[in-house]
Amino acid sequence: MEAKTVKTHHVPVRYFEGGKGEPLVFLHGAGGITAEDPFLAELAKTYHVFAPLLPGYGDSEECGELREMLDITLHTWDAVAALGLKDPILVGHSMGGMIAAEMAAIAPNDVSRLGLICPAGLWLDDHPIPDIFAMLPYELPAVLFHDVEAGTALMTAGVALDDPEWLKGFLVQNARQMGMAGKILFPVPDRGLSQRLYRVKAKTVLVWGDGDKLIVPAYAHAWKKAIKGAELVSIPEAGHLMTLEKPEHVAKAISKLG
Amino acid sequence: MKFTWFNLMPWPYLPDDFREKHRSVWVDIDSRLFDPAKANEVYNSYMDMLEYAGTMGFDGIGVNEHHQNGYGIMPSPNIIAAGLARRTSDVGLVVLGNSIALYNPPVRVAEEFAMLDCISGGRLVAGFPVGTSMDTNYCYGQIPALTREKYQEAHDLIRRAWSDPDPFAWNGRYNKLRHVNIWPRPIQDPPPIHIPGGGSVETYDFCIDNTYSYSYLSFSGYIRAKALMQGYWDRVAERNAPDESPYRAGFAQTICVADTDEEAERLYSEHVSYFYNRCLHVYGGFADAPGYRTIKTIQTGALSQYAPPLGGYSELTWKDLTEQGHVIAGSPETVRQRMEDLIKGLNVGNIFCLMHVGNMPMDKCMHSTKLFAEKVMPHLRDMFPDYKDDNRFWCKPLAKQAKPGSLPAEKEVAALVGGKD
Repeated sequence: MEAKTVKTHHVPVRYFEGGKGEPLVFLHGAGGITAEDPFLAELAKTYHVFAPLLPGYGDSEECGELREMLDITLHTWDAVAALGLKDPILVGHSMGGMIAAEMAAIAPNDVSRLGLICPAGLWLDDHPIPDIFAMLPYELPAVLFHDVEAGTALMTAGVALDDPEWLKGFLVQNARQMGMAGKILFPVPDRGLSQRLYRVKAKTVLVWGDGDKLIVPAYAHAWKKAIKGAELVSIPEAGHLMTLEKPEHVAKAISKLG
Repeated sequence: MKFTWFNLMPWPYLPDDFREKHRSVWVDIDSRLFDPAKANEVYNSYMDMLEYAGTMGFDGIGVNEHHQNGYGIMPSPNIIAAGLARRTSDVGLVVLGNSIALYNPPVRVAEEFAMLDCISGGRLVAGFPVGTSMDTNYCYGQIPALTREKYQEAHDLIRRAWSDPDPFAWNGRYNKLRHVNIWPRPIQDPPPIHIPGGGSVETYDFCIDNTYSYSYLSFSGYIRAKALMQGYWDRVAERNAPDESPYRAGFAQTICVADTDEEAERLYSEHVSYFYNRCLHVYGGFADAPGYRTIKTIQTGALSQYAPPLGGYSELTWKDLTEQGHVIAGSPETVRQRMEDLIKGLNVGNIFCLMHVGNMPMDKCMHSTKLFAEKVMPHLRDMFPDYKDDNRFWCKPLAKQAKPGSLPAEKEVAALVGGKD
């Protein structure tokens, strides 16, 4: 994938681009994304992939003007427009899924295919989502991965989680990225989306890991109920970061959108 | 010098194995450790102690705000201050402070502080903290990256609510109010304002620009505070502030006084240990919500809290705590010397004396307080003769204050209608 920048009203947006085929916009989760992401590589086998970064993610500029969900939803539409895309396949993972769903609810005639990979955005009192904002780095793999040991290695590229240099880098990046994510997800990741999902007209595929310990599969059913005609694809032995754990399976599920 | 006797109001009944059995004293502390019936006694004895300090020659008595916190059972300092306003006279009421971003709308703070100022006859010293991440983000749900902007707006709104004599509309980002017109208004115009800070240049500038006193409320003592306070004074010089008055700054220090150094250890080490080893046991994940602090602060900060615990906790001993300056303790002479080092070293005119420590019982607390007030404080009064008339950062009470007990005798009331008592 190639890293590029496009101008938008608020702030220059960094994005990764690669592959050939129908245009597909992928919105990353709260943990961010890199050019080497295996899921992007998988998607790029079939699609022309555009993966814009939220401001503050990776090496992109932060944007104080984005405060609320509506600001962020419209900004992401600005980014899609700036990329010259019209009705691309819209896919999002976790927080990115929440943004994608908001985009589809606010502009239902502009999204005809929607892929939601264990999206955030709903809240079930019986299944409170663990507070990732109050977790220490070493505690994250247990809620993010099905295979915790393998997941830890994926997260740190093999470096010990208490390595000071790794930690410092992680914390700085975390403050920028999760500071931004907090505007969407903190303290409870519900910005009223459940009241708007009825507006979604897109053909929708929901993808969920059976072993998701962050947003547990009970949420998959709530989403399926909220979006008319949505198809649910369950991935066995996959956790919340299944785009890292099972990129081929997730990409295959997304391919159901055509 | 301005000395404020300060009580954090710790819960004194945390079990011995608190650190081993509980992950945090703050945010998700086990509510079963709280006993409301015991709290009846705890609150009343703490308020008694503040009132006692108010008679001992301190310039102020101080309270602050924490939420869901085992070492600070004072979510509403204004309630405590209201009680103190009625039962004390002359002494300053230092409310350090109200976390103004948490009040909805923040004019509530303008109103309550105005009430306190009126009830106390102009004795309010007001504090406007941003609030810790634990209180502000994790307990009260403020979005970390927006907390400072919301704080700033709350500040601007409160200041205008105090000063604008006419009703006004407030079209803020976080507050929409068509008719702001608080009633009552404070006696002081405005009350002196102290800002607790943690080392950011923005907060230094905020204090310099507004003639607010910058307070560093750390529990780790004056030796470790040197770099941070120097950063503030460097900024004061760099900004060409009109003066370097020591009253532009304040510092909180744990202090224990006994007749001798040995006696201090014998009397207080248990309670100091309770505070430093038990009360300050905060889960690392609550320390710093991402987006709450600046990148620069993270790059210079310690990282040990983010690593997994290695099993067991090391105990800070009396020796560690006194030698490293977390605690200034000992005979009046020892304490005087170290307080001089603190005051000169940090150039601070406001001292928030943390004299009730951990689970210290009231008799010991009175003993330490009395010794400090009588044998230490008088020797520290004239540390800054050049600024002895600088009252910009302290309250200006009415010359004649109303007192409780103003009602006429029942006989006089009965006489109104010609009756007999």
